[in-house]
Amino acid sequence: MASVLQQDVTVGARGKLALLIHFVLLISRQAKVRLTKWYSPYSQKERAKVLRELSGMILTRAPKLCNFVEWRGYKVVYKRYASLYFCMCINQDDNELEILEIIHHYVEILDRYFGSVCELDLIFNFHKAYYILEEILLAGELQESSKKSVARLIGAQDCLVEDAKEQASSIKNMIAQATK
Amino acid sequence: MIRAIRACKTAAEERAVVRKECASIRAAISEDDPDYRHRNLAKLMFIHMLGYPTHFGQMECLKLIASPGFPEKRIGYLGLMLLLDERQEVLMLVTNSIKQDLNQTNQYIVGLALCALGNICSAEMARDLAPEVERLLQFRDPNVRKKAALCTIRIIKKVPDLAENFINPAAALLKEKHHGVLLTGVQLCTEICKVSTEALEHLRKKCIIGLVKVLRDLTNSPYAPEYDISGITDPFLHIRLLKLFHVLGHGDADASDTMSDILAQVATKTETNKNAGNAILYECVATILSIEDNGGLRVLAVNILGRFLSSRDNNIRYVALNMLMKAIALDSQAVQRHRATILECVKDPDASIRKRALELVYLLVNENNAKPLTKELVDYLEVSDPEFKGDLTAKICSIVEKFSPEKIWYIDQMVKVLSQAGNYVKDEVWHALIIVITNAPNLHGYTVRALYKALQTAGGQETLVRVAVWCIGEYGEMLVGNSGMLDVEERINVTEADAVDVIETAIRRHSSDLTTRAMCLVALLKLSSRYPSCTKRINDIILQQKGSLVLELQQRAIEFNSIIERHEKIRSALVERMPVLDEATYSGRRAGSVPAAVSTSQQALPKIPNGVAKPASAALVDLLDLSSDADQAPSSSGGDYLQDLLGVDLSPASQGTNQTEKRGADVLLDLLSIGAPPAQSSSSMLDMLSSGQDNKSAVGVLDNLASPSAPSAQASSPGASSSMMDLLDGFGPSPSVPVAETNGPTYPSIVAFESNSLKLTYKFSKEPGNPQTTIIEAQFVNKSTDTYSNFVFQAAVPKFLQLHMDPASGNTLPASGNGSITQKLRVSNSQHGKKSLVMRMRISYKANDKDVLEEGQVNNFPRAWQLVLSSFR
Repeated sequence: MASVLQQDVTVGARGKLALLIHFVLLISRQAKVRLTKWYSPYSQKERAKVLRELSGMILTRAPKLCNFVEWRGYKVVYKRYASLYFCMCINQDDNELEILEIIHHYVEILDRYFGSVCELDLIFNFHKAYYILEEILLAGELQESSKKSVARLIGAQDCLVEDAKEQASSIKNMIAQATK
Repeated sequence: MIRAIRACKTAAEERAVVRKECASIRAAISEDDPDYRHRNLAKLMFIHMLGYPTHFGQMECLKLIASPGFPEKRIGYLGLMLLLDERQEVLMLVTNSIKQDLNQTNQYIVGLALCALGNICSAEMARDLAPEVERLLQFRDPNVRKKAALCTIRIIKKVPDLAENFINPAAALLKEKHHGVLLTGVQLCTEICKVSTEALEHLRKKCIIGLVKVLRDLTNSPYAPEYDISGITDPFLHIRLLKLFHVLGHGDADASDTMSDILAQVATKTETNKNAGNAILYECVATILSIEDNGGLRVLAVNILGRFLSSRDNNIRYVALNMLMKAIALDSQAVQRHRATILECVKDPDASIRKRALELVYLLVNENNAKPLTKELVDYLEVSDPEFKGDLTAKICSIVEKFSPEKIWYIDQMVKVLSQAGNYVKDEVWHALIIVITNAPNLHGYTVRALYKALQTAGGQETLVRVAVWCIGEYGEMLVGNSGMLDVEERINVTEADAVDVIETAIRRHSSDLTTRAMCLVALLKLSSRYPSCTKRINDIILQQKGSLVLELQQRAIEFNSIIERHEKIRSALVERMPVLDEATYSGRRAGSVPAAVSTSQQALPKIPNGVAKPASAALVDLLDLSSDADQAPSSSGGDYLQDLLGVDLSPASQGTNQTEKRGADVLLDLLSIGAPPAQSSSSMLDMLSSGQDNKSAVGVLDNLASPSAPSAQASSPGASSSMMDLLDGFGPSPSVPVAETNGPTYPSIVAFESNSLKLTYKFSKEPGNPQTTIIEAQFVNKSTDTYSNFVFQAAVPKFLQLHMDPASGNTLPASGNGSITQKLRVSNSQHGKKSLVMRMRISYKANDKDVLEEGQVNNFPRAWQLVLSSFR
């Protein structure tokens, strides 16, 4: 037993980390990338290749088929919401059904945050989409199962930003007035 | 900017916009404008997402992170995570900033830093920052605790040695009430257990009962709106807990026992209408299958999978197939029960499900069900999608090879596969098939007829054509004669012309590639002797290939044509059946590297057309046979062929002395027709030839050739002579020497055999007036320090040679070369001028009271001018 574990460790240290989720992609129907998040290291070239391969594979699948595709020894779980495909890449022996739930979880939170989210929201506020993802997933693992607390956290951080902005503008105003 | 990019209609426009933006961002960076920094970085990230290079913005991230305000830090960290990954050097610079931020009191800033650390931390950073993260596991705010827990996962994965430090804080997290922290704590414990056995033991002892209670409370908990997903409270936590049980229970009976009740409860009570419930069930099954044996639970698990399998939801069926692969190792009987359903899944329209199902079926096959399963798969092959056929054929072939109960079944199945999906069959598969066929002498007739029939319906399958053409070439007479009928067979009437038709169609087909066409030519040559009535027609077909643009085909066509036209007598001998190919060697080959014999034969190939006349091309027939399916030629038979080849590969010049004029001319004609590369020299040789014809003796021709046009042999066979020189290994006077010395040639002596203990030298001489007979004086020298007694030397030669041995000079061989035994051998060659000498020998003696037996083969008789460096032991 011990030796088996030991072996696993060395393999993990050498190759890619045995993360739950290797990367998250949002691809539009037209194969345009809307969001990418890489938890395992991929070079810029590899990333482009992955995107090309996967968008080719996933976008061509018929609607009623199962939500999993096997790809280079990994599995990619995808789900389509309107014109967007949400994809997550996991290991062979992870729970695909759960990943579907995680995707749905993310979508619901986005929906709540933007108020019935659409692709355009994600294009123009892509950084917000990233912030939300950051609160749900970390290091390729699930971080928070409560939609409410994610919303709370994001809200609090947004407030901080707004405050800072207000402060900055009020300071600017003061300076402007002072220099008048 | 985003709007501008979106407005672009073409990629070129987009590039232009991006270039402009990049330029302005660069300018802003060099001006070091703090106000617009975060906006620029946001733009950069968008550009990055589109796949453009953005490395110049990396330093901006660092500056933003180092700035005091939260908004700047927020965008800075986001940029850091997007633009950088753990392999970049720049990352080292950020370690200090992250360290400072981890020590801040604002929970959100700490959160940002942890998040960045968790996503891109490298091994060095993990070492440097581990103490901070450990401290943060006890931070007052739960949101920071959960982030710290996940960060820890990353750290221990990067640096497993650090896991020990985290055992206690991680175990403490399991007592949390906050779901987020509990969730991440459970994940952290799972990961720690995977890297540290110490942690595993600790958790088994201390925490398992608590964890079981957590899971029980969770399953029985009333409706909790914050965590509810389709009626189940926090399925994510369910799954995480089950995953931890998976690790804890694996290989530990006590732990498994503790958790079995709750697992049973989860397995039976979970709602299965929604995906969330199924996800939990699925994880539960995985856990049950991994923990220590509990019969009842396993039955439950396999039953759940069975239910999944019959589900209408594709996702559920997919995971069921996936999990059954694991279950099959534990309880194959239970899985076999679902065989019919699984077979149905192989035919599913969904590629992912098909692939899973096929792999599962492959695991399900055993000796008992191989036949019906293969039948199902082969039947399905007919209707399956083209892109799935590749996988399917590979699996079928592998099943058939692995489990074939008898050869006839194997051949039947393979013929079916070849005719359904021959284009998807890999080379080694049909090579293996040919080997099996040659090894089943009683099925030759049956096979060739089956292939013929298959070819009538499925002529478009390349590999089928190849195998069929090969078999018709080899066993053509059985096809026509209906010989070797099996009881199950129907008689078919095939005329010789029909068989030739088949090959003609194959060679004419546009899609036939070089290999197929070359095989067709060889088959035609073979048929020319098997079907005497069709010789003329065959020759015509071969002649058509003379104009082929492919050198290989052209060369074969010309050579075969001259064999058919001019060498009636030897043809039948040349095109005999291939000897049985050795299965064992082949399977060894498939695994191992390419043996020397074949590579030698391939090297030998190119020089033949230059250096050798007709008889060589005869051997070429076999050799080509061999090299066209070079892969299938086992090394031993490869050696034999080579030897045949080289045996025939006499320097025509040295033999020519004993030939009639016609023969001599023939030789030269062939030399020319086979296309000596230097064209100018060949034309001069034609001139000489015409003059030589006046000369009454071929010797004269050869002399003419030999003396005036400098080294004529070299002119006509540059490739051969140079490669011969390599092989001659020391005792090679130039090949033209024996040409010049037309009579009474002196032959160098050769070392016919040498081992660690013994050396055998042959000296040659000829009886004047009887060129067919060679007298060999064999001399044995003992190289070891022991005296050999009872020394006996035996030799054997092929049928065309006659061997007469005089008694040896003694039967004791003194040690260390202090004396020798000599023995005279007289070999007469009935095919003098066509084949050269070959000899196998066996030497037995007693050394130190032990019987020693040495065997060898002599191929390096000097007239061959080539050595085969193989000695068989």
